Amino acid sequence: MKINALMIDEIDNVVTCVEEVSKGSDVFYRKGDEILSLKAEENIPYCHKIALKDFAKGDEVIKYGEMLGKTLEPISKGHWVYDKNIYSVPRDYDSEMIDLTGGKR
Amino acid sequence: MQFWGYKRSEGRAGIRNHVLILPTCVCGSETARIVASQVKGAVNIVFNTGCSDVQANTDMSQKVLTGFACNPNVFGVVIIGLGCETVGHKPLREKMRKMTSKPVVSFGIQEEGGTLKTIEKAVRAAREMAADAALQQKELFDISNLLLGIECGGSDATSGLASNPAVGELSDLLVDIGASTIMSESIEWIGGEHVLAKRAATPEIHNQIIQVCKNYEEHLKAAGQDCRAGQPTPGNKAGGLSTLDEKSLGCIRKGGTRPIVEVLEQAERPTKTGAIVMDTAGFDISSVTSMVAGGCNAVIFTTGRGTPTGNAIAPVLKVTANSRTYKMMEDNMDVDLSAIITGEKTYKQMGRELLDVIHDVCNGKLTKAEAYGFSDIAVNHVCRFV
Repeated sequence: MKINALMIDEIDNVVTCVEEVSKGSDVFYRKGDEILSLKAEENIPYCHKIALKDFAKGDEVIKYGEMLGKTLEPISKGHWVYDKNIYSVPRDYDSEMIDLTGGKR
Repeated sequence: MQFWGYKRSEGRAGIRNHVLILPTCVCGSETARIVASQVKGAVNIVFNTGCSDVQANTDMSQKVLTGFACNPNVFGVVIIGLGCETVGHKPLREKMRKMTSKPVVSFGIQEEGGTLKTIEKAVRAAREMAADAALQQKELFDISNLLLGIECGGSDATSGLASNPAVGELSDLLVDIGASTIMSESIEWIGGEHVLAKRAATPEIHNQIIQVCKNYEEHLKAAGQDCRAGQPTPGNKAGGLSTLDEKSLGCIRKGGTRPIVEVLEQAERPTKTGAIVMDTAGFDISSVTSMVAGGCNAVIFTTGRGTPTGNAIAPVLKVTANSRTYKMMEDNMDVDLSAIITGEKTYKQMGRELLDVIHDVCNGKLTKAEAYGFSDIAVNHVCRFV
């Protein structure tokens, strides 16, 4: 079976489809040495993300092993994750600063 | 690794030997264009500012103009002024002469009695400079003389997945052999700034990186604006980048993994060697302008959606991992990295291949935008025009 989606970090909960995927077809991606698959529940455009799990409203979406944003509404496994159903969370810069006198602030 | 370049009495070696026709302000831009079109070896900048400006913007314009003149790819400079702009051709010329020993001459359109008379004198001066430039022989330089700018624009999901990691690998390879790279576009660190900051060589640099992002957001907030309204762009979203964070996490991969040794302001010249970052706009043309003013010899530019952009002073090499974009815009794309997406090659392999391509560009190979003579610039503004 041919890979048609990419997982970047093993903790990611979305993968990026590198081909157009039509509703009902299978998405294959590599996770470590394994090849995993899931069924697309809607059409996923080229370069767009598909949900690997059921998301509740406000859940974190993870790609690159990092949070991309949170969900604006529940998104079920196999559905399209895109700019209309997730949002960017404002940063807390002060908490990221290193206390230069030692230790994290 | 060595390359054939042009020796400059100060700073790094040039990989081009341009005579730069440089306007002091927007009103000199057309005359500069005509002068450059008359002289082989001359390039011109279209400047969009330089008049009716607040001090902070004037400072930025002057930093960019003097930075262009000092760029090692420039042999000499012919300045075209008007006469009533904020900083005229004579003070700009004197400023440049203090910064560089390369030839700098200047003319003012109002003093000379119009554009035709200015063009006549400026073409003669540029012709003589180009004749001298043509006599300069190339010499072998160690790759440590190279300063490469790293840019992305018109990104889509392939940028973060493939072309940016490949360029990151190129950056690591260059830094390991003594060269320097600059990654800019600080607004596109936001959401990934905590990841980028882990590469800081010192805790101070770590905090500088976070502070740059904090300041950027606060600057926009002070004007009642939200960076997340303009980023990602509509093209980014159509290309699968849903949030600024997703774009940033992909963007920062183009800077590689080596320790960040310096954080520069826009258009500032580095003082360190290695992996450097610069605080610039995410607007690609403005960011490239700043890096070239900071002294970059060449710029590698990753794109997903495709862009024709080029810079008059530094060759811009455009690479994409989107096979459709490469096919659709092959006349504007220099390198196809889509083998990373299909799994035929790794990003590390393609990063190594890019090193050879950049080496060729250093030795004189024209990038596509360079062959077309493209000259895009945009000077960032601190405040609104007055």
